Amino acid sequence: MLAKRIIPCLDIKNGRTVKGVRFENLQDAGNSVELAKWYANEGADELVFLDITATNENRGTLLKLVKEVADEVYIPFTVGGGIRSVEDVAEILYAGADKISVNSAAFNRPKLITEVATRFGSQCVVLAVDAKQINGEWMVYLNGGTLPTQKKLFDWCKEAVEMGVGEILFTSMDNDGTKNGFANNALCWLSENLNVPIIASGGAGSMLHFLQAFTVGKADATLAASVFHYKEIEIKGLKKFLSQHKIEVRI
Amino acid sequence: MLVIIDYGMGNLRSVYKAFKRIGAEVEISSSPETIAAADKLILPGVGYFKTGMQNLNERGLVQLLNQRVLIDKVPILGICLGMQLFTSHSEEGDAEGLNWIHAQTLKFDFSGTQNSLLKVPHIGWNSIAWNKPHFLLENINQNEHFYFVHSYYVKAKEQENVLCSTDYGITFHSALTKENITGVQFHPEKSHHMGMSLLKNFIEKS
Repeated sequence: MLAKRIIPCLDIKNGRTVKGVRFENLQDAGNSVELAKWYANEGADELVFLDITATNENRGTLLKLVKEVADEVYIPFTVGGGIRSVEDVAEILYAGADKISVNSAAFNRPKLITEVATRFGSQCVVLAVDAKQINGEWMVYLNGGTLPTQKKLFDWCKEAVEMGVGEILFTSMDNDGTKNGFANNALCWLSENLNVPIIASGGAGSMLHFLQAFTVGKADATLAASVFHYKEIEIKGLKKFLSQHKIEVRI
Repeated sequence: MLVIIDYGMGNLRSVYKAFKRIGAEVEISSSPETIAAADKLILPGVGYFKTGMQNLNERGLVQLLNQRVLIDKVPILGICLGMQLFTSHSEEGDAEGLNWIHAQTLKFDFSGTQNSLLKVPHIGWNSIAWNKPHFLLENINQNEHFYFVHSYYVKAKEQENVLCSTDYGITFHSALTKENITGVQFHPEKSHHMGMSLLKNFIEKS
């Protein structure tokens, strides 16, 4: 059976990981390659690197990092942040990433999705979408959650799948940082109505939350940052817990 | 020398680096001279089946590979599209393959079935059940997970050529074997420790 995936997310600034803490056997938590290797050994199924500076000047640093990760870490990984054109995508994929994620640039110019999907295949295009509830309606936000739009989450996701997106990484801004669990109702709707895998993000605080994202939210994968970085939850223990609750995971 | 055959189908860097990591002497090449001198061969690749065959033909590699694999019996490992090219025919572009193993490459099509919600491509970590002991699978447990990304799958005609099976809506053949020929649908180079074990087995035991 296809396993449910656990994905740590690494925020990258100038090629280094931010928000990381120091683990045993890991001298420098800011060293993205070392951290990525450490997570792979802990049982992470995939990694997501999010370049939070994403300026043109930093492009070279990011590409160097992607190459190093591809050379040394033997699990699939996604790179996002500041991707605006097919050329940006080509550079990152040629450097060795398995997938790229697009957010605001795809919202502002949805054709970008089709261009990338046609050239490299839908399997490498992840749509990252941030949303929060306004008067009971899930609305899309851009630019790292700072810019509201008039677009409903479900409408945008449906459109993006039609344009060729292969996977959706949905972050609930209402849940992000609360440690109260994932936005399972919205997740469930996305999972049942869209024919692409859904990655749940935002709200992980306990192992039970991950379980609920799979059972109630019907997510294909869960992504988290701080609970892993601060070692509040360890991936090995989490997978054991999920497996005991009859969730298929890779152990 | 282990030679990874470069025929213009995808990024071969991760495959190369994975072999380097386990200490193999390895080279990426499209040169007929290098391929003619290889002790072992890897046919990797992602992309469109028909283009894959065309690229092999345009580079004059089909006849050479037939010689090396079918007559010289050089060990070869196909990965993903590479393995699919070993089959007789693919629905992807309705194209003939190398025809080394009696098998077909078919499209996952779940429409109108009870699995109509299953997503294509099949992406992620899925388990493999092996049907018989084989050097490629030494130190690899039954139902171990490997990383898959594909929209087409392989179905072998003869059960003796089936090395592993995997369930995704249907049961498909996730690894094939026939004498010196082995192929895997999944990506060992992206399958962490288990993937490295498999590549190591190919280097040391084939």
